[in-house]
Amino acid sequence: MKALALVITILCGSLLIYATVDFPAWGDPKSPASLHVSPYYLIHSVEETHVPNVVTSVLADYRGFDTMFETTVIFCAGIACFLLLRKVKRKKEYFIRHIPTGVIIHIKEPSKPPSGISKNIDEFEMIDPTWVPYDIITKTICKFLIPFIQLFALYVIAHGDFSPGGGFQGGVIFGTTFILLAISFNLQSSLQKIKEKIIGIMCALGVLIYSGIGALMMLLGGHFLDYGRLSLILPLDPVKARAYGMLGVEIGVGIAVSGVMFLIYANLASSGTYEEGL
Amino acid sequence: METLYPALTVITPLIFAFVVGIVSWINKKICFWLALLSLIVAFISSLKILFYITTTSSIVQYKLGGWPPPIGIEYRIDWLNGLILPIISFVALLNLIASKRFMEKEFKEKESFFYILYLLFTTGLLGVVITGDLFNLYVLLEITSLTAYSMIAMGGTGRSYLASLNYLFLGVIGASFYLLGVGYVYIKTGSLNMVDVFRILPHIYNSETVLVGFIFCMVGVWIKMGLFPLHTWLPNAYTFSPISVSRIIAPLMTKVMIYVMIRVMFSVFGRWYVLGRLYGVNEFVVLLASCAIIVGGILALSQRDIRKVLCYIIVSEIGYMVGGAWLGNPNGLIGAILHILNDMLMTFCLFLAFGNVFYTRKKTKIEDLKGLFGEMPYTSAGLVLVGLSIIGIPPTCGFFSKWYLILGALQAKDHFFAVSLILSSLINVILFFRFFEVGLFSKASYKKEAPVSMIVPLFIVSLMLIVVGICSGSIVNKIINEFVLVALG
Amino acid sequence: MEKILDEVATKYNYWIYIFIMMIGFYGMIGKNNLIKKLAAMNIFQTAIILFYVSMGYKKNATIPIIKTTHDVITKINPQEYMNPLPHVLMLTAIVVSVSTFGVALAIAIKIYQHYNTLEEDEILSNIKEKD
Repeated sequence: MKALALVITILCGSLLIYATVDFPAWGDPKSPASLHVSPYYLIHSVEETHVPNVVTSVLADYRGFDTMFETTVIFCAGIACFLLLRKVKRKKEYFIRHIPTGVIIHIKEPSKPPSGISKNIDEFEMIDPTWVPYDIITKTICKFLIPFIQLFALYVIAHGDFSPGGGFQGGVIFGTTFILLAISFNLQSSLQKIKEKIIGIMCALGVLIYSGIGALMMLLGGHFLDYGRLSLILPLDPVKARAYGMLGVEIGVGIAVSGVMFLIYANLASSGTYEEGL
Repeated sequence: METLYPALTVITPLIFAFVVGIVSWINKKICFWLALLSLIVAFISSLKILFYITTTSSIVQYKLGGWPPPIGIEYRIDWLNGLILPIISFVALLNLIASKRFMEKEFKEKESFFYILYLLFTTGLLGVVITGDLFNLYVLLEITSLTAYSMIAMGGTGRSYLASLNYLFLGVIGASFYLLGVGYVYIKTGSLNMVDVFRILPHIYNSETVLVGFIFCMVGVWIKMGLFPLHTWLPNAYTFSPISVSRIIAPLMTKVMIYVMIRVMFSVFGRWYVLGRLYGVNEFVVLLASCAIIVGGILALSQRDIRKVLCYIIVSEIGYMVGGAWLGNPNGLIGAILHILNDMLMTFCLFLAFGNVFYTRKKTKIEDLKGLFGEMPYTSAGLVLVGLSIIGIPPTCGFFSKWYLILGALQAKDHFFAVSLILSSLINVILFFRFFEVGLFSKASYKKEAPVSMIVPLFIVSLMLIVVGICSGSIVNKIINEFVLVALG
Repeated sequence: MEKILDEVATKYNYWIYIFIMMIGFYGMIGKNNLIKKLAAMNIFQTAIILFYVSMGYKKNATIPIIKTTHDVITKINPQEYMNPLPHVLMLTAIVVSVSTFGVALAIAIKIYQHYNTLEEDEILSNIKEKD
């Protein structure tokens, strides 16, 4: 079996390398890839869309349709992880630990789940029988850092037009703040703060904003995702309207990606039971 | 008119999938009706596009984002896609109605989330067929594949997870090969739009890069369609998935890949390349297709589980279409395209009929078909019709596509392919008569037919088999011939 | 000889990426452990991404962000900026590869819960015994 695999691999590799005989040299500014369509993007991006970052303008405007489906792919991945792994079991007992004193309260056969823990995340935390003490240095520093990281994520989303960045990058950074909360504290406490329903709705809402803006353009009489039509409802000229349409779309992408990042983490790390986590 | 319907066909299931994604966290009951509504809208708008194309004899082009190609992405609907689009939405719509009870039983409280994956799978398929841009096709292919992997893994048994993971690995290899092929073509042409590449390629036909790009595109598409010997993922993936899932993936996924192959061959590279420059390769591919037909038939005869028999029938049918497309003459190509249409309907009807049997009897081996004709008369009627169609008896649709394929094979003097087609008909006769024989044994003790929501779709699709068969002449003359004239000259 | 050296000097990046691609490809079809196959899949897809991005490089060119001063548009020379299109295509490909990896890991977790092993031959012999 391994010999067959090796033979197939060498065959494919030699075929690919044989084809490079005809490639243009690396870095050649006169290669066909650089002469045909891309100069149009570079020359006309600022005058047609008011956005200097050509990668963002191609991603969100010229080829915005691809980006919508890319966001759909990551939404699919989040829903698939949720569908495959999530096991909703009625919890038979709860363990709650009072942090300042270290006292553990064991509730057997509860009539309903204990509430009010999310409001006092400094005092109480939900644990399970395999709990290990967490470090106070990690907790304090992460508690301070998370708002700043979120602010930076919002900056990356908003400044995608002018510097490297955009919806995906900013959304991933925002999602990692949720994951940082789950890692430094506890998956269960972070899920008490950010409910599963909110995360699920966030994922779908982000992509719905993207396709909703596109559908809105159709209702205003243009083609799908033709942002110039925004000038009919907002007091802007068509070129500036494109920049604002792109911003709206990037915000949708950011919301969707941050939700999906946390949904995938929560399901994979706890195998769907939402009990332990990493 | 063109400004609305092309976008509506793809966007409606997409937006409704996201709406269901939000609503399913709040109220689970209305998700089914939302999904049904979106598929009805998609079906009607794809029918309107087909009527427009046949009545005005022109191609529909739609610029996304308002940018002209090759700057932006465009949708390009000619006779080939216009024919396939309504069938996809039709099959998805009927399957949703017929599988509602299956989904309630198999998925319990996660049923409303399942509709998200279902609608996104349909969107991906519709998008693959309708697009005119090579990279957009890759992205939509990945949406389709990802939802397919997840839906197959919802089977819940250990074997379904393993089958899904195996399918995932091979599917990723296939899609990545396709992406590599597109990259090689891009590095020599600089464009991703199909019409643009078609215009530029004739100047660089002698390039080795274009040759290897073509090979990798083709091998990637062959892996995803399940052409022998790259079909090893197919039997397990379709057998161990839930019934409601295999009923939509099996008829549609592999046939849409055959559409992609025909599109890349004739609308991107062109017949001068595939049949002229690469002369001799097509004989090798037709040989491979003939082997696929024979091996599929033999393996189908040796199975005891009904679902595995159906999967190997699918492997055989793929051999018909690949061989027909690569024969190189108009009759073969007409046969292949007509067979895409027919096979989608036939496979769907087959899975519908056997799905009814599995729902009422809960067992899947051939000997569990005892007394079928007495206990489930309507389902048996549908089964008989689809059996006749797969064997290839007029006036069902299966006869006409086989007729064109055999004509094309004789015209190209490829006797091995013609012999394998006839042999496959004989093997199908043995297979189906084995089903009918077991079904006629033992008397009916009580009537236990499948519920009405499952019989009505079966009835509609079996009727379509006969209707499409009778109208084959007009379909070929008005729609398929136009595409073949452009493709093969 | 000179021609071969010339070829190597101008195309060595493509050869390196194809070599990495083939390492990933061999891992996917030749290895037994499911997690090793997944890691090899990631290597394979990453090598394709790097291959595409290296297509867009131009000598002495800078990143494709136009330098504008107070919205005054000067004459833009496309040869000074790198090709933005492969970057855009690969943003999509990265997201697709991450999503596929996530779903594959979820399925692998389920397989482990059912069979208690991640070696493919052990799972297959397990299935054969049950039949």
